[in-house]
Amino acid sequence: MIAQHFPILQVVLPLMAAPLMVLLRRGAPAWLLAVIVSWTGLFISLSLLAQVADGSVISYAIGSWPPPWGIEYRIDRVNAFVLVLVSLIAAVVVIYSRASVAAELPAHQHYLFYSLFALCLAGLLGIAATGDAFNLFVFLEISSLSSYALIALGRDRRALMASYQYLIMGTIGATFYIIGVGLLYLMTGTLNMADMAQRLAGVTEVRAVLAALAFITVGICLKLALFPLHLWLPNAYAYAPSAVTAFLAATATKVSVYVLLRFYYSIYGESAIFYALPMGQILLLLSLAAMFIASAIAIIQSDLKRLFAYSSVAQIGYITLGISFDSVTGLTGGIVHLFNHALTKGALFMLLGCFALRLGRIRFDNIGGIARVMPFTSFGIVLGGLSLIGAPGTAGFISKWYLVLAALESGQWWIALAIMLSSLLAVVYVWRFVEAAYFREPDAKTAQLKEAPLEMLVPALLMIAACFYFGLDTTLTVDGAARAAQTLLQGIR
Amino acid sequence: MTIAGHFSYWITIFLAIAGLYIVIARGNLIKKLVGLGIFQTSVYLLYIVPGKLIGGTAPIIAEQYGLYSNPLPHVLILTAIVVGVATLALGLALVVRIREAYGSIEEDEILDLDKTPVFPNTATSKPA
Amino acid sequence: MKDYLVLRVIFKLLIPFIILFAIYVLFHGDFGPGGGFQAGVIAAAAIIFYAIIFGLPDARTVVPDRLAEAMIAAGVLLYAGVGVAGLLLGGNYLDYFVLARDPVHGEERGIFWVEAGVFITVSGVMLKIFYMFASRGQDVEDA
Repeated sequence: MIAQHFPILQVVLPLMAAPLMVLLRRGAPAWLLAVIVSWTGLFISLSLLAQVADGSVISYAIGSWPPPWGIEYRIDRVNAFVLVLVSLIAAVVVIYSRASVAAELPAHQHYLFYSLFALCLAGLLGIAATGDAFNLFVFLEISSLSSYALIALGRDRRALMASYQYLIMGTIGATFYIIGVGLLYLMTGTLNMADMAQRLAGVTEVRAVLAALAFITVGICLKLALFPLHLWLPNAYAYAPSAVTAFLAATATKVSVYVLLRFYYSIYGESAIFYALPMGQILLLLSLAAMFIASAIAIIQSDLKRLFAYSSVAQIGYITLGISFDSVTGLTGGIVHLFNHALTKGALFMLLGCFALRLGRIRFDNIGGIARVMPFTSFGIVLGGLSLIGAPGTAGFISKWYLVLAALESGQWWIALAIMLSSLLAVVYVWRFVEAAYFREPDAKTAQLKEAPLEMLVPALLMIAACFYFGLDTTLTVDGAARAAQTLLQGIR
Repeated sequence: MTIAGHFSYWITIFLAIAGLYIVIARGNLIKKLVGLGIFQTSVYLLYIVPGKLIGGTAPIIAEQYGLYSNPLPHVLILTAIVVGVATLALGLALVVRIREAYGSIEEDEILDLDKTPVFPNTATSKPA
Repeated sequence: MKDYLVLRVIFKLLIPFIILFAIYVLFHGDFGPGGGFQAGVIAAAAIIFYAIIFGLPDARTVVPDRLAEAMIAAGVLLYAGVGVAGLLLGGNYLDYFVLARDPVHGEERGIFWVEAGVFITVSGVMLKIFYMFASRGQDVEDA
């Protein structure tokens, strides 16, 4: 009986846990509650994925108001996949966060941290679960507002400015999105996505509908940090507390990619986006720019967190590249990369958090020879870097393989070449870390450091292990992504 | 339908552009937030205005009325206003803390302060 | 402003009416303009007035910080709890119709408790924001 309520429980459990944590007022029980909620959420999302695996759609009417009048939660193979990703990352990060938060934040803020974390999780899960365009905006703002606050908790005062800039850019993005939805609402008279898709069929060339598409595209691309709109991301990731960076890097931008997919394929339909309009070419161009320019900027960074933040911008380029092909293979590649990159970047930022625990700021000039004193963390970063590059046997290889396949399928061999060339840029920045950590002598200060505590190291290394597991056994990721891609290309009908 | 007939849309567009311009052009953090507020307000208008029918009344069904305004945009915008207030409150709280940390709320001054490294290892010690 | 006798006396007389008005607005929200949001702001305004006239420390003894924070959380929990109650009584989440034997009564009951949750949270938030900003300014002046 309870299983029929899973779509809403997925969102409401963390949403209710957040105020409970405020009532508890203690860090330790709040953490325990966060662990319970995130692991229950993982269980719920997995069972939802199993329920929709055969292509069926779960529709849940909030307050028993039937859609399209009421708010509908609509789970299909696409967002079930995203729900699993978000709750998986949350479940791992929450275990990791206890030691990291204890070291980075003053004790009286701990329960607030977990409360914000639960709110952010609820927002991200809500974005993925809902089938209502306006409800999506509300969840977008719940997750964004809590992540602004989470970023501002960083120790460095620059975290404040980073959070402020993210707030400005994020709010502009969300407002653009809501303008787009408003125009669509004026044209169709509905906010339910499935209903909207039906009413838009055949009238997508109307100017107001096109304007709505432009607003939604720009708004969501601000949120997902597509290349020229990524300016908020590096600082936000660099100065936020480590656990926050790991969680946001792995989930926030990915959920926004999902929103873009939803609007492009389910609501507008691929023929309107990719045949009538040159969206494919625009995305392709921006993706390539992201892959090369952001990687090149990553190479010249002196701060490791900023380096990997720019690398995130580049990797988002691969995901949108997959979308721009508008083929099953391309979409599969994009969605698989969404999952694999979330795992890889989550793990990398968690490992960087281990460094941050011992070092504070992590710069190339203070990690010289650190592999001698923190061997597991350093080796983990090297392995994660391999996955980022796309070395065979890692998860990153699988997704790039599908992207290259899609490029060849569409007859654009030069894109395949570009994917490989930009991977070489990733080799350069990962090598910079290897060179600093392994081939330099540790100075006196570094030599006294100890390896990070196990409760941080184990979750991070488990994620790294997962990168390799999903590089060898692709049944969950590639099959799930391929099914999601088929669902998307069928449209919502 | 003339230009004058669409005057509510012109107001909406003007507010949106004015707000966005303030956000981009002003360096003062508070003024930026004010601009952001104006920008968001334009969206409220975008939703509310089409919901109003001239001569329409509140959608409580009664015999003597036949024309009702659409209540849904109001509900949506009530939500959006709450979101906007929360954003503004958070933004202002951030500005207060930025003022305490930097002693300034001018963006260029703050960025200058960040450029000049104070200590080689500032990360571990947070300024009071 | 503790020295202004007229202000103090008049204000003490007004407080109960302000709070009463807040509760009236809350209950009247079912039938006319009003509701939890407005009521919450009015109730918080009573305490904020009190703080302006008698000083922040006095207001903090009336409604301590911890209480304000607990109110923020409790209101949200109450709101979400109404949703879960609908779920437990056999409906969907936030299903008002199952809250009483008669669907219309259930709807009224559900909306009232949701509004009550909004009332508690909004007044808590208003107070908390006021406390935070008011005390912060004093800290800076003292330093």
